[in-house]
Amino acid sequence: MTKPTKIVVNCTTGEQTIEELTDEEIAQMEIDRATHAALQAEREAQEQAKAESKASAISKLTALGLTEDEVASLL
Amino acid sequence: MPLTFTAIQTVTVGTGGQLNIEFASITGTYTDLAILMSPRGDAGNSVRSVTMRFNADPSNHSDRRLLGSGATVSSDSNVYGSGGIYCGEATSAGGTASTFSNILIYITNYAGSTNKAVSIDSVNENNATTAYQQIVAGAWSSTAAITNIRFYIQTGNFAEYSTATLYGIVKS
Repeated sequence: MTKPTKIVVNCTTGEQTIEELTDEEIAQMEIDRATHAALQAEREAQEQAKAESKASAISKLTALGLTEDEVASLL
Repeated sequence: MPLTFTAIQTVTVGTGGQLNIEFASITGTYTDLAILMSPRGDAGNSVRSVTMRFNADPSNHSDRRLLGSGATVSSDSNVYGSGGIYCGEATSAGGTASTFSNILIYITNYAGSTNKAVSIDSVNENNATTAYQQIVAGAWSSTAAITNIRFYIQTGNFAEYSTATLYGIVKS
């Protein structure tokens, strides 16, 4: 199986190379991507919960007789 | 006050893309470093996050982000944990064809023996309603000189024609 590659430039010599990732780097990449996915999912869940709370608040305030403009001025 | 910007090296990703873009063997010749990046991703999403890691250190990085999407604004911290500093969003294969993002990174006193501070601003071009702009304050908690900078993309590869240029800045 072909390993993923990176482009590396040596800033001292100017040499550019395409290198396969080492097994250690691939393992670290998998850890990084799993961490990223978990944090992204957590962030999206928080945003969804916040949006639902806001919708619920608007609904309750409207039911109390506030106009849309009045509700918007509070949020 | 920076007086001179010297282009140290430019990298352009070739056919097939690359998982990482890496600046290696950076000398301590300059006062500060700057990187201008024009990345695009090849994954099927509209954007993919770009992160940066110093000296292959899988921890000790932190960041704080102010994000605008064109419709909303938000802020958060340590966007992708301590493994790297969040740099912004690269337009990806699900976005408008042939568009790239702009990312400007400034690293102060990169060769010094104190923790390293980074400022970043970025925007992804999309020619559509949603386009992301970020201002990021980052840090790497290490006394080591920065000699290696590697860029990562959230999933997939950096697409062909993505570029990054490393600049050295001398204060006087």
